[in-house]
Amino acid sequence: MSYKAQVESVKSMRELAIELGLTSEEYDRIIELIGREPTFEELGMFSVMWSEHCSYKNSIAVLKTLPRSGGRLLVSAGEENAGLVDIGDGLAVAFKIESHNHPSAIEPYQGAATGVGGILRDIFTMGARPIAILDSLRFGDLTEPRVKYLFNGVVRGIADYGNSFGCPTVAGEVYFDKSYTQNPLVNAMAVGIVKHDEIVRAVAKGKGNPVLIVGSSTGRDGIHGATFASEEISEESESKRPSVQVGDPFTEKLLLEATLEAIKTGYVVGIQDMGAAGITCSTSEMSARGKSGMAIDLDLVPVREKGMSAYEILLSESQERMLMVVKKGFEDKIIEIFKKWDLNAVVIGYVTDDGMLKIKKDGKLVVDIPADSLVVGGGAPVYYREAKEPEYLTEVRKINPYEIPKPDDLNEAFLKLISSPNIASKEWVYQQYDTMVGTNTVVLPGGDAAVIRIKGTNKAISVKTDCNARYVYLNPYRGAMIAVAESARNVVCTGAEPVAITNCLNFGNPYKPEIFWQFKEAVRGMGDACRFFNTPVTGGNVSFYNESPDGAVYPTPVIGMLGIIDDLKYITTANFKSPGDLIVLLGRNTDEIGGSEYLARIYNKVLGDAPGIDLDLEKRVQRTCLDGIRLGLIKSAHDVSDGGIAVALAECCMIDKENLLGCEVELKDDIRPDFLLFGEGQSRIIVTVEEGNLKKFEEICFKNEIPYAVIGVVSEGKRIKINDWIDLEIEKVADLYYNAIRRIMEVI
Amino acid sequence: MPSKLKFGVVVFPGSNCDYDTYFVLEKIFNQDVKFIWHKDRSVGDVDVVILPGGFSYGDYLRPGAIARFSPIMEDIIRFANRGGKVLGICNGFQVLVEAGLLPGALLRNSSLRFVCKYVYVRVENNDTFFTSLCDEGEVLKLPIAHGDGNYYVDDETLKKLIDNNQIVFRYCDRYGNVTEESNPNGSIYNIAGVINEEGNVLGMMPHPERCSEPVLGCTDGAKIFNSLIHSLLFTEEFFK
Repeated sequence: MSYKAQVESVKSMRELAIELGLTSEEYDRIIELIGREPTFEELGMFSVMWSEHCSYKNSIAVLKTLPRSGGRLLVSAGEENAGLVDIGDGLAVAFKIESHNHPSAIEPYQGAATGVGGILRDIFTMGARPIAILDSLRFGDLTEPRVKYLFNGVVRGIADYGNSFGCPTVAGEVYFDKSYTQNPLVNAMAVGIVKHDEIVRAVAKGKGNPVLIVGSSTGRDGIHGATFASEEISEESESKRPSVQVGDPFTEKLLLEATLEAIKTGYVVGIQDMGAAGITCSTSEMSARGKSGMAIDLDLVPVREKGMSAYEILLSESQERMLMVVKKGFEDKIIEIFKKWDLNAVVIGYVTDDGMLKIKKDGKLVVDIPADSLVVGGGAPVYYREAKEPEYLTEVRKINPYEIPKPDDLNEAFLKLISSPNIASKEWVYQQYDTMVGTNTVVLPGGDAAVIRIKGTNKAISVKTDCNARYVYLNPYRGAMIAVAESARNVVCTGAEPVAITNCLNFGNPYKPEIFWQFKEAVRGMGDACRFFNTPVTGGNVSFYNESPDGAVYPTPVIGMLGIIDDLKYITTANFKSPGDLIVLLGRNTDEIGGSEYLARIYNKVLGDAPGIDLDLEKRVQRTCLDGIRLGLIKSAHDVSDGGIAVALAECCMIDKENLLGCEVELKDDIRPDFLLFGEGQSRIIVTVEEGNLKKFEEICFKNEIPYAVIGVVSEGKRIKINDWIDLEIEKVADLYYNAIRRIMEVI
Repeated sequence: MPSKLKFGVVVFPGSNCDYDTYFVLEKIFNQDVKFIWHKDRSVGDVDVVILPGGFSYGDYLRPGAIARFSPIMEDIIRFANRGGKVLGICNGFQVLVEAGLLPGALLRNSSLRFVCKYVYVRVENNDTFFTSLCDEGEVLKLPIAHGDGNYYVDDETLKKLIDNNQIVFRYCDRYGNVTEESNPNGSIYNIAGVINEEGNVLGMMPHPERCSEPVLGCTDGAKIFNSLIHSLLFTEEFFK
């Protein structure tokens, strides 16, 4: 049914409001704010701007408890299209992560592609040239045909968009768990570099300045995408397929070049990407931020088809478009640049100073409301939902892990773990991504974090996304804390100082008190950890309603960590370097097995509590690793995480696929062997040092007061040996590790 | 004696290795470089034209199929026919094939997937401007990143390419063995790069500009740029 037919078929605007996802109370609030009943077009705008996706109405109160400024942050979280972090040399890093879960659930290829497109625009609208893409993905059990279809489509969508656009996809994570069967998570992160004096804000200022729409024409795609993203996935979702936008990376690449060229002229006052809620969102947010207003004539907007209504143009989510405010009198200069790149750039209105959004179509004023009434921090409602500790927590924690039978054969258990899609190499995924375009990728995917050098400086950045959602499910507070700690540990292993995070918070329906409790607790854990590590939150995204009739996804607060490497010579990789090097474990082994991949894979159980974390110890372990790297003592560094120390050691032997090495390790802790090998106790890093440097390195460990142990040696032989429990040919392990996912996805 | 070559890097809409190529030529090899806009009618005063990697015109229709109609192509063909040196990398190779400057076609990878990774190629012909500093049979480690790199020619043309020594690079393993496993895209005869009969136009799928600096972990690509610089700056032809 067309929207026009829809409006005629309902009895009142109030009913339509409810059909569009607003509540009756919210409708009253609109009337109160604008002093009358809204027009059809205005109602459409309120319904998208007040959707969860755009308004953060159920999350903003909790998000405000996060540390959102300080450190190297140049703007506070949420102020701009993306976060901005100073890295010295007159440069800043712009970075942000965003979800595209709902579209990807029903149309994986386009859903994921436009997710990448949207986050890239957020970066280059600030004047930054994108230099890296990361993706954090979650799917159901990979043996299910539909899951394979989703996984395949999402990876292709990301690949085709990023590859064509010309920004390398350098890191990320992929997890499989049945909680994501109906609701895959597709979180895309982009990172860009901008000179301080070329930063552009998402603001409309200067009465009389022209407002331009640039890029693609506006079509009927993606109408109400934001509203759709604010509902649970159901059988009806398939009918929402038209709400999914279609991406065109080629146009986006032109848009990037034209935009950066336009910014260099100095005539650009402000730019905002048109993502969710298209013209509605960009006009209202830019006006509200600038405390200005706008007068827009929709008849001037280039459209793809005839007869588009004001409503459709206002709500279209056609991709590859941006709203730009330009200094009056210089619009022709800007239009000329876009013309050179064969792109539209059309003046559709001008900035005013009365705070109002006045929008015309066919000579008639169809919208006349305060810009502020639509946006977060303005008229958009703010709720603090009821929270209640879920009952499943007492259930899952009841278990005594020591009742779990010991496996007969630890070698066999180990091989099973290595070939778990959660642990196995994601090579099948990242070989489909161009990981090198831009010629900045120093550390390619497969290690702890990607390292991107910054041309024109002697610096590099290290980036990583992380979240073990199983831990968050078992203990939201601690699980989120671990996600921050682990992502920091990952960048530290590459030689970087962690400086800031972006986050993507994927949860179920916030109206369910148990879900809201998970959300609240996870944000609390994240905030505490970020304050402790002094890595403020630069912004991010909340995605609720990741829920289907089968239940909600695991609470998945994904962290995107940014680290800075001050000197290229500090760059460190995870693989063992030479036989004879001593293997040193920083931190301490524990008997914690709760929430482990071992329990999930071998016993099909998600039970217990998340591993404990002592933030102070964590910090000291990280400090030791960084000190060792900077003094040139550490030859390799790798974080111990999923699959425990056994998997971490194997990875160190295999990450350099062409130069497999072996190791001989003796663990002396008095801990049950399977728990010792596969437990996921936190705050552990495996490093290697040359024998002659051990003394010097031990001094650093003493100085930082951390527990450590020399646990073995890198061996000439091609076997991985751990006590008399594990003894395997590394080539056999590597074959499983590198081919597990390929063998599921492709019959070979 | 001139100490620098003048390079022109063509920018098509959708080229995305143009900056990378410019960067290595200018910063690593210290050469003169300029961009050549696809709407221009002349390549201007240059010694070498490089068609960089990327997705010209989004690879819509077929990689290179639209770019060959860009205004600049007419002059690139003239330049090549006069003996000017032309290097097509990845998408640039696809454009050269579409423009008829090189024989054959580049089909979809046999895996039907984009593939980005380091591969090994064997230098089959070191008697070219582009490989003069390599040994014959030398194995180079170079990255590829493409969805359509499956080189195809008919049997007759293949025989001609072999007879004329026009095959410059073939995919191989790290020890130089040309094997099926080392062929990343299904290319006929494991061909990774071919040169025209006259020896002045080379097309290759691997990206030498991505591996010409120590910081990026591999410098085998530098051999190709250095060969070009060396052979052109030090041949008598250049001074005529």
